[in-house]
Amino acid sequence: MEKSFFINVADALRNWLTNSLGFSATATDLITTAIWTLVVILFILMNLIVLVWLERKFSAFFQQRRGPNRLGPAGFLQFPVDIVKVLGKEDIIPAAADKRVFKIASTTLFITALLAWAVIPLGDGVILKDMNIGLFYFIAIGSTSTISFLMGGFASNNKYSLIGGMRTVAQMISYEIPMVFSLLGVVMMVGSLKLSDIVAAQKNIWFIIPQLVAFVVYFISTVAETNRGPFDLAEGEQELVAGYFTEYSGIRYAIWMIAEYGNLVAVSIIASIMFLGGWNAPFGLTFIPPFIWLLLKIYFMIFLFMWVKWTYPRIRIDHLMHFGWKFLIPVSLANILVTGIGIYVYRMITG
Amino acid sequence: MLKTQELTLNLGPHHPSTHGVFRCVLNLEGEYITKAVNHIGYLHRGLEKLAESRTYTQFIPYNGRLDYVAGMLNEWGYVMAVEKLLGITEEIPERAEYIRVIVGELQRLASHAIYFASMALDVAGATAWFYGFRDRDEILDVLEMVSGQRLMHNYMRIGGVAADLPDGFEEKVRALLDKLPACIEEYEGILIGNEIFKARTIGVAPVSKEMALDYGFTGPNLRASGVDYDLRRDEPYSVYDRFKFNVPVRQGGDTYDRVLIRIEEMKESVKIIEQALKDLPDGPIMAKVPKVIKPPVGEVYSRIENAKGHLGFHIVSDGSTKPYRTRIYSPCFVNVGIFPEMAKGLHLMDAVVALASLDIVLGEIDR
Repeated sequence: MEKSFFINVADALRNWLTNSLGFSATATDLITTAIWTLVVILFILMNLIVLVWLERKFSAFFQQRRGPNRLGPAGFLQFPVDIVKVLGKEDIIPAAADKRVFKIASTTLFITALLAWAVIPLGDGVILKDMNIGLFYFIAIGSTSTISFLMGGFASNNKYSLIGGMRTVAQMISYEIPMVFSLLGVVMMVGSLKLSDIVAAQKNIWFIIPQLVAFVVYFISTVAETNRGPFDLAEGEQELVAGYFTEYSGIRYAIWMIAEYGNLVAVSIIASIMFLGGWNAPFGLTFIPPFIWLLLKIYFMIFLFMWVKWTYPRIRIDHLMHFGWKFLIPVSLANILVTGIGIYVYRMITG
Repeated sequence: MLKTQELTLNLGPHHPSTHGVFRCVLNLEGEYITKAVNHIGYLHRGLEKLAESRTYTQFIPYNGRLDYVAGMLNEWGYVMAVEKLLGITEEIPERAEYIRVIVGELQRLASHAIYFASMALDVAGATAWFYGFRDRDEILDVLEMVSGQRLMHNYMRIGGVAADLPDGFEEKVRALLDKLPACIEEYEGILIGNEIFKARTIGVAPVSKEMALDYGFTGPNLRASGVDYDLRRDEPYSVYDRFKFNVPVRQGGDTYDRVLIRIEEMKESVKIIEQALKDLPDGPIMAKVPKVIKPPVGEVYSRIENAKGHLGFHIVSDGSTKPYRTRIYSPCFVNVGIFPEMAKGLHLMDAVVALASLDIVLGEIDR
C-alpha cells in the first residue's frame, strides 16, 4: 500500500536531520517527537476552533435560534473573539483556596488529555508510538484525569466545587469500568491491544456490526467520561453553579475547556478506530485519503455527542450510578461472554 | 467507621436556580438535605407601603412589578379590588371585561410558558427552555400590541382598560391560537415524555392533599395535589361564567403533576380565549369613573386566579384619594413556604427541581 503523506513528510524530516545536519539517532528522535507533540497540540487547538463553533451552531440549530452570525462568515470568527475575551479576564483565585493545587489542576488535566494522544493514530502509521498495549495505555491515562477534577474541586474551597469534584470521582470511576469492558469485545476479536492492528482487522467489516451492544455501551460511558450532558453532573450548573470549575476564570477556565474538548476528540477517535473501521474507507471509496475518512468519522461521533447533550435533561447522580453499575456493567460483561462464545464457535466452524 | 460531617450550603441568593434573590440555607448530609431554611427579602421594595402613598390609579403600574412574568393578571386583580371598593363592579362595560379575559388568559399562557421553560432549565434541558421562551415571546408580541409594553403593561384601568384593541389584534391572536396547541405538543415531545425527565420528577417532592391545604396552596399547585378548586369556575369574576372550560386536576401532587397541570391549563386557556374572541362585543371600554377616585370609607378583599394561585388585595379606605392600607396576599409567598418541609430528605438536585416546580417569582414573594 502507498505510504501516507504524513509518513513521507516524517521520513523526509528524519533523513534531513540525520544525513544533512548530522544529528545522532537519539537527537533525531527527540526532535521529531517534539514536532509531533506540537502537531498534536495544534490538531487539538484546530479541532477546538471548529468544535466551539460547531457546538454553538448545533445547539442553536436544536434550539431554533441562529447562533453566532456576526463575526466572520456564519460567525466563524466568534472563536478568536472569545479567546481575546478569555485572555482579557482577570485571573481570580479565591483567598482561602489551596493556591498551588488550584493553579495546577487545570494544567494537569490538559497534560493527561495530551498524554493520551501519544498512542492515538491519525492514519495508518501516523502515530507517535504504536505500542502493543496502546489501548491499555489510553485507558490508563484517561482515568488519571479524575484526579485533576478532584484537585480543582477541592482546591477551590467552594462547597459547590467540592460536591462537583466528588461527583466526578464517583461518576468517572464508575463509568470507566463499562467503557473498558465494552472495548474488550473488540480486543478479543482482534487479539491485540495495538490500535493499528485493530484498524487493520476491520478491512472487511467494521466492528460496530458484530459489537453493536459494545458500541452503545461505549458511547454512553464516554458521555459520562467526558462530562457532557446528560451526564454533566460534575458541572451541574443548575445545582452546583458550575461544579469543579466554579471559581476558575479567564485563561484557567479556558484550559479546562480545551482539555475537555481534547478528551472529546480523543474518545471520538477511539470510537472511530474501535468500532467504525478507523481510517478504512467504506464502500471502496479509497480515492478519499484515509485521514479524511478518520476525520469524518470523528466528527460524526462528535455530532452524536452534541446531539445527545442538547436534547436530554440531566440525569440524577444516584440514577447515574444505578444505571452504570446495575445496567451497563452487566450488559458489557454479557457482551464479553457472548463474544467469547462467538469466537469459540467461529473457530470450531472454520477449524 | 468513617467520620462524616454535615455541610451547610447557601443555595442562593447568588445561585442561578434561585432566580438571584431567593436564599435557602441547606444542611447537607452527603448530597441529601437534612434541613432547609428559607430566607427571603432580597428583593423587598415595600410595594404595600408605596401603595399607601399613592393614589389608587397611580398604583396600577406597580402591580406589574409584583409577579413580573404575569403583570397583566396582577393589574387586573388590583383594579378589580378597587372597583369592588367603589361599588362599580356591575358597571364595567362588557367589551372591557372580554378584553380583560383575553389579555389575562394570554398572560397566563405566557406565565405558564416561562414556567415550563425555567423548569426545563432546572433539569438542564436547555433546548426545551428555548421552546418555552419562543412561544412566550410571541404571546408578548400580542400583549405589546395592546399595551405598548412587553413586561410592565399598565393596561388595566379602574373601570375598564386603557385603550381599545388595535387593528389586526384579533387576527394575530387567532393565528397564535392556531399555533399554540402544536407548540404545547412539542413541550410534551421534548421534555414531558422524556424518560430522564420522568425519572427526575415523578414521585419527587410529593405534596398530599392535606399538606397542600395546610400550607395554603392555591392555584395550579393545589390542583396538582388533587383539590378541585379554581376561582374562575367556583367564584366566577368578570365574565368567566360565560365560558366553557375544564379545570384540570391531578392526584399525585408530585413535581411531575405540577408540571403537567400547567401544560393542561395552557390548553384550557387557549379554549377560553377562542370563546372570548368569538363573542367579543362592541361598545365602550371604560365605565364612567370620576377623574379623582375617592372610594367611600370601608374595606374590601378581592382575589383573582392568577397564573400561580390566588392573588388577593385587601384595601382599607379612609375616604381619601389614597388607600389607608393595602395588603397583598400573594400565591408565591404562600407556595414557597412549603419548601423547607418539602426539601427535607431530598437530593440536592431534586430540591432545585422541586423549587422550580412551585413556580416562584421573587417579585411577589418579597413585594
